[in-house]
Amino acid sequence: MTVPRIRFTFWKAIFLFIMAAGVYCTFLRFFRGLGASTNLSDQFPWGLWIGFDVMCGVMLAAGGFTLTAAVEIFNIKRFHSIVRPTILTAFLGYLLVCAALMYDLGLPWNIWHPLVMRNPHSVMFEVAWCVMLYTTVLALEFSPIVLEHFQLKRALRVIRSVMVVFVILGVLLSTLHQSSLGTLYLIMPNKLHPFWWSPLLPVFFFLSAIAVGLAMTIFESSMSSKYFGRELELPILRDLGRVLVVVLALYGILRFEDLYHRGVLKLVLVSGYEQRFFLLEMLLSLVAPLGLLLIPKVRESAQGLYLAAVLTLLGFVTNRLNVTITGVETAVGGRYAPRWTEVVITAMFVALGFAIFGLAAKYLPIFPEEKVHIPALHEPEAGFAEVAVPVHAGD
Amino acid sequence: MSKGILYDATLCIGCKQCEQGCATENGLPYDDRIADQQITSAHKYTAILIKDDKFMRKLCMNCDDPACASVCPVGALKKTALGPVTYDKSRCMGCRYCMAACPFGVPKYEWEKAVPGVRKCVMCSKRVAQGKQTACAEICPTGATQFGERDQLLEEARKRIHDNPGKYLPHIFGETEVGGTSVMLLSSVPFNLFGFRTDLTERALPMYTYQVLSRIPDFVPLFGTMLGGIYWITHRREDVAEAEAKEKEQKGGVR
Repeated sequence: MTVPRIRFTFWKAIFLFIMAAGVYCTFLRFFRGLGASTNLSDQFPWGLWIGFDVMCGVMLAAGGFTLTAAVEIFNIKRFHSIVRPTILTAFLGYLLVCAALMYDLGLPWNIWHPLVMRNPHSVMFEVAWCVMLYTTVLALEFSPIVLEHFQLKRALRVIRSVMVVFVILGVLLSTLHQSSLGTLYLIMPNKLHPFWWSPLLPVFFFLSAIAVGLAMTIFESSMSSKYFGRELELPILRDLGRVLVVVLALYGILRFEDLYHRGVLKLVLVSGYEQRFFLLEMLLSLVAPLGLLLIPKVRESAQGLYLAAVLTLLGFVTNRLNVTITGVETAVGGRYAPRWTEVVITAMFVALGFAIFGLAAKYLPIFPEEKVHIPALHEPEAGFAEVAVPVHAGD
Repeated sequence: MSKGILYDATLCIGCKQCEQGCATENGLPYDDRIADQQITSAHKYTAILIKDDKFMRKLCMNCDDPACASVCPVGALKKTALGPVTYDKSRCMGCRYCMAACPFGVPKYEWEKAVPGVRKCVMCSKRVAQGKQTACAEICPTGATQFGERDQLLEEARKRIHDNPGKYLPHIFGETEVGGTSVMLLSSVPFNLFGFRTDLTERALPMYTYQVLSRIPDFVPLFGTMLGGIYWITHRREDVAEAEAKEKEQKGGVR
């Protein structure tokens, strides 16, 4: 057991270092302003914090609604044991997105304004409401985990009896704002490069959110088995892998058809700045994971699935950064690279995400025991809190 | 009626009086150093661009259907009936979607401030509301910048192009760009020489997002019902199976 202990001390040191740097950068951001703490400019009003923390943050949290929809609405029971970690990831993800927004907004204390000042023509207005409502829904979906921990049986019964409403609401809200993050860019037909600007942007963002939701679930299950000593639910991950193949294939075909019909396909062969980033995105998000997952041997193995999932995640992170940054660089006539302070803040949120996930996994009933019958949504779950959570993780 | 500004580059002598007048009107600093900057910024709402002996003016186009006002989640930016696109900092939360969405790159930000706001030409909305003309039009010594009814200015611009063959480019920048703008520009040389995009769509940009957004109210009850229906059917099978099992058990007991 000495090896993992050394490893966790190492990660702890890294974590503390990032936090310390994060505190300093937080000071810079709020007391010196956005100009002193970022490379944002009039040309690039949106940078890493929007491109990664918000766009990718919301996308990486998509496993929550994907798996809830599969288990609670489509009633696919065998996925039940992995729903909780995905809800935790989603809840955490959205909280971190909201926190990151507070850094990026110029006047963060006015963040509540969309509540009382309406502009229903604004996509941002719709996204603001959806994210706010969905974070609330996630808190409610997450609440049984906490209630179980404290054995509050009556509250549990009440929340379970109305849970189906929240589940449907959650899937609906997610569908709306995952796609709306793409709709945000529809208003820039002359600004965003034709590789990425498409009337189908909302559809692409929604489909890729599902793909990422599945990949993220595979990634997170693999990580949990590695670091929390959990048994790997390989049969479940194989099923997820197969669904991922279908979603990626659908996405890929739609992307191709869209490029073809808009006459952009020929640009793929013309060497250029955008072309290189486009090819990198295609390689990571489609060619590599699809190529891997279509090989039965890879698709069946834990390592193969893990690799394909990581590639998918990297691919769609590239996609979101291409839409937010690469795709507009030529139109505004400049290049953007984040300042170190921006990178530190982003790293701080990622590190916080990992740390809080680890803590929650340690102290809350996130992972049910494999062999235990997993009660469905509205069944009483007495005795659930007694289920032992294997604690091999460092704190 | 909607007001507008017509800038005729062939009448401009590059005296930069409009810059000076704009700075005074908006309480912005102005000196020789700022006069030399051929870009607009958070402290310079309009700029005279110079290429050899040709001039061009950069300012907010005050679009008829502005992208900035359409994307603003809190309605801080508004298109007024008189023409100006105004900004209200007390509503703003600083998301900067207006800056990302503007096809002309007009809105600027006070990056250096801890309490920043968006800054741009608002076509002297206060003066216009009082029936006065914009500061830049009032101060212009040659009539290159002219203020008036947009319809009449457009008519005037067409007449100038028609009456002076060869003098003007046969294009009124702002007549149809992104659905038309309150500010219109006339030039003898191509507009892209001064960094203006000449490939802009003639559609009002807000339509691109509105045609998706406007379907959401219809989509919500449909999709919600679909999800509820799937839930009902997938769980109904279970109830049926359970009831059947129970029935079988009871029958077995009777026998």
